[in-house]
Amino acid sequence: MHEMSITQSVIQAIWDRMGDAQVRRVCLEIGTLSGVVVDSLRFCFEVVTEGTTLEGASLEIIQPTGKARCRDCGAEFVLNDLLVLCECGSANRELLAGEELKIREVEVLA
Amino acid sequence: MCATCGCSGDTLFEIHEHDHEHEHGHDHEHGHDHGHSHDHAATRTVTLEQAVLARNDALAERNRKWLAERSILAVNLMSSPGAGKTTLLERTIRELGAQLRVSVIEGDQETVLDADRIRATGAPAVQINTGSGCHLDAKMLAGGLETLNPPVGSVVLIENVGNLVCPALFDLGEQARVVITSVTEGAEKPRKYPQMFRAADLVLLNKIDLLPYVKFDVDDFLDGARRANPGVEVLHLSATTGDGIADWYGWLRARLP
Repeated sequence: MHEMSITQSVIQAIWDRMGDAQVRRVCLEIGTLSGVVVDSLRFCFEVVTEGTTLEGASLEIIQPTGKARCRDCGAEFVLNDLLVLCECGSANRELLAGEELKIREVEVLA
Repeated sequence: MCATCGCSGDTLFEIHEHDHEHEHGHDHEHGHDHGHSHDHAATRTVTLEQAVLARNDALAERNRKWLAERSILAVNLMSSPGAGKTTLLERTIRELGAQLRVSVIEGDQETVLDADRIRATGAPAVQINTGSGCHLDAKMLAGGLETLNPPVGSVVLIENVGNLVCPALFDLGEQARVVITSVTEGAEKPRKYPQMFRAADLVLLNKIDLLPYVKFDVDDFLDGARRANPGVEVLHLSATTGDGIADWYGWLRARLP
C-alpha cells in the first residue's frame, strides 16, 4: 500500500515548508488516474498525523478527472481509466489531467 | 459541498465561516486575501502548489546525475511476485555479466534469498529489505548504489519489490523501466494494472515456453499493454529456456551509455 508512503511524503513536505506551525487544513490534488486510493490516503492521514502538528487537521482532496488529447485526430476527451481509446480508435493520447499528486495549500494557525 | 473551493469532498469545514457565497469550479487560481471573516482562532492559508513526491523526485534526479557521470546504465525491473525477475537476472548475468559488468540491487520486503541467488552467479549484489514498504524509492537506491559502488561504464539491474502497483509511482533515477509479466499470470494484467504498464519503457512477456500448457491470449495481452502504453516495445522470451533472450540482450546493449 503506497498510500502510507504518499501520506508520509505529504506530511514531510508540509513540515519542510511550514516548520512547526499548527496545521488546521490540508488541501491536496489527487487525480483520478494517479494510482492513489483516496480512502486509503484518508485513513493513513489520520494515523500518521496523530501527535504531530497536523493532528486534527481537516483533509480536503480535490480529484481532477482524467483528460486526454488524441495525438492522431486532435480530439480532447474524458479518460475515466488509462485504457480508454479515442473515438477514432487511437490509443496514442497525451494525458492533460488526472495524474495530479500535489499539495495545493495548507491552512495554519496565524 | 466544500465551502472553500466548491469541491464535493466529504471533509470538515467547520473551521471556516465565510461572509460571502462563492460558487465556482476548480480551474481558477485565487488567493485567500479576500473578505473572509473568521470567528475563531486566526488562521492563514498558504499556497504550496508542490508535488507530493518532490523530495523523492529530487533524490531520483541526483541518482540519475550520479549514474550519468559514471556512464552507468541502471534499469528498474518491475513485476508481480513470481514473474521470473530473478531467473531472468541469473541468466542475463551468466551470459552477459562479464561483458557488461552487471551488478544487482535487490528489493524485497524480507530475506536476502534473491541477493544470495545473484551472488551465486558471481555478480556483486546488494539486498535492500523494505520491511513493510512495498516498493523501492530514490533514497533506497542511493543507499544501494553507495554500498554497491558499481564501476564506471557498468550496468546496474534493479530488481524492485514484486508488486504491480506501488513501484510505478516512485522514480528511482533509473534510465529505463522494464515490466515483466509471465504467461502463467493471465493476459489481463495490463488492464488490471495500467499505471504500471504506462510507466514501462519495455515489456517482457516471460515463460513463453509454457504457452502450450496455459490459457493465455497473447493478442489480448498485447492489446491491453498498448492501450495502457501505446507504442511500448514488447519482447517475448523464456528466461528458463533462453527462447527470445537475445532480443532482451540487444535491447540492453542498445541502451549502454
